Amino acid sequence: MIISIASGKGGTGKTLVATNLALSTKDANGVQLLDCDVEEPNDHVFLKPAITGSEAVSIAVPKVDEDRCTYCGKCAEVCAYNAIAVLGNHVLIFPQLCHGCGACSYLCPEEAISEESRETGVAEWGQSDGVSFVQGKLTVGEAMAPPVIRRVKEYANNDGTVIIDVPPGTSCPVVEAVKGSDFCILVTEPTPFGLNDLALAVETVRELHIPCGVVLNRTGIGDSKVEEYCQKEDIPILLTIPLDTEIARLYSQGIPLVEGLPQWKNSFLELFNRVKEMVDERNRDTQR
Amino acid sequence: MKEIVILSGKGGTGKTSIVGSFAALAKRKVLADCDVDAADLHLLLSPSLKQESEFWSGQVACIDEDKCTQCGLCQDLCRFGAIKDFRVDPVSCEGCGFCSHICPVEAITMRENMSGYWFISDTRYGPLVHARLGIAQENSGKLVAMVRQHAKQIAEEQSLDYIISDGPPGIGCPVISSLSGASLALLVTEPTLSGIHDLERVLGVCRHFDIPALVCINKSDLNEDNARRIESYCSTQGVEVGSKIPFDNVVTEALVRGVPVVEYADGRVSQEICTMWQKVSQ
Repeated sequence: MIISIASGKGGTGKTLVATNLALSTKDANGVQLLDCDVEEPNDHVFLKPAITGSEAVSIAVPKVDEDRCTYCGKCAEVCAYNAIAVLGNHVLIFPQLCHGCGACSYLCPEEAISEESRETGVAEWGQSDGVSFVQGKLTVGEAMAPPVIRRVKEYANNDGTVIIDVPPGTSCPVVEAVKGSDFCILVTEPTPFGLNDLALAVETVRELHIPCGVVLNRTGIGDSKVEEYCQKEDIPILLTIPLDTEIARLYSQGIPLVEGLPQWKNSFLELFNRVKEMVDERNRDTQR
Repeated sequence: MKEIVILSGKGGTGKTSIVGSFAALAKRKVLADCDVDAADLHLLLSPSLKQESEFWSGQVACIDEDKCTQCGLCQDLCRFGAIKDFRVDPVSCEGCGFCSHICPVEAITMRENMSGYWFISDTRYGPLVHARLGIAQENSGKLVAMVRQHAKQIAEEQSLDYIISDGPPGIGCPVISSLSGASLALLVTEPTLSGIHDLERVLGVCRHFDIPALVCINKSDLNEDNARRIESYCSTQGVEVGSKIPFDNVVTEALVRGVPVVEYADGRVSQEICTMWQKVSQ
């Protein structure tokens, strides 16, 4: 079962939910945590895993053999990203724009284009206190997160429980991280910003046909409009976490909530069990 | 004209609340919401829409079932796994067009993709350029570039002094698109280990693109030790900490009422934001 933790708005508590969910369920079954927020991965701050392996993530960018090239311009014509330009007797390549689709090398009539890999990030894995951990890190200055996210997800152990920490937003990195999940937990806060971005996140997961539920973080501030929205849209609120200085203090120090305040472990186990029930029920419905 | 972009790396550190207050404090400016994935600035500025435009960007492959002979070449060659059972998954398609070039029976065409909207609005603080990326769409970087381009145009036409941009979280494509060529980046962080880690990465992006940076520690009293760590880190990096804003529920109260916090309360939070604006606008 794959459970992804997303939010729309940043800073609502995705990392808090992802890490504590993993730490609370690790005893019952093997659990794997994938940090797919590859622009700003933070799960490691809380899990402090011993990293035991890593692999560079790279995309294949073109390399032109000038001896063979006739400067016909076919490569520039087929490149949808303007990553190749042919000017007179020069071929200019802009590796940062290249998505690595391979069209130029395949379609070059002179077979003058080969590919070389350009590193854009790294995938790392290790163990932390019974949780199997994988994270991706986009190299600073690089633009494209999806290839790094794709690589991290290749390590998913599909036989057990997989928890995915998703980046904020609603665009391609979010879709890449969330797609294929059995359930998506959307973390939000009871403010107008939280509500606005929750509605966008709900639209995104619905577009992907993934069932969702809400964790409402920092309750006690703001207003009740998120609850009203969830009721209207028939989205279950699976857990509420109050605005609490002790919770904030533990978070600021990189201490997992379930370690600092162990009474929370049951709440996260209940959250997991509710999600599992909903996924099982949905699977039974689709089998019928 | 000075273009100031507010970034943070980590989400939820208070970028939009600070930009909303800058909107109230700054004279002669245009506002740009560059967080096109999850735009929130309009919730503080009550804009009245003047112009709405479609954002067409990128393409999606489309297979003509009548022509397709199911030879499978497109599926084998697509590196994004976007073609399965001779159908295109538009969410996975990156619009490269490789399949349309190699299909032996020319059954694949590329269709233009409408991937969002951008808007020009009036607010009581001045013009606002904002956008909404379509759900699950790509090219957020291009939409950010579009927002900035129109904000710049307005600033030039009206001879304004400032472009104030609310940036997206992270360090990837839309952040780079918000940042490149700006005059100054204000990096809003919080005194948590995650906040510090993310600040280091976003400062790295500013360095990479050679943009001067200034740091603001928001909710600084939540963990004084970490706030000091940020200050000493910044001093080793030669980056100024422009202000330390204490945690206060008035920020959320102002947000619920849909007004910038400097117009809602005149306590320390507002004083620190005023100090910050003075430094940023110099």
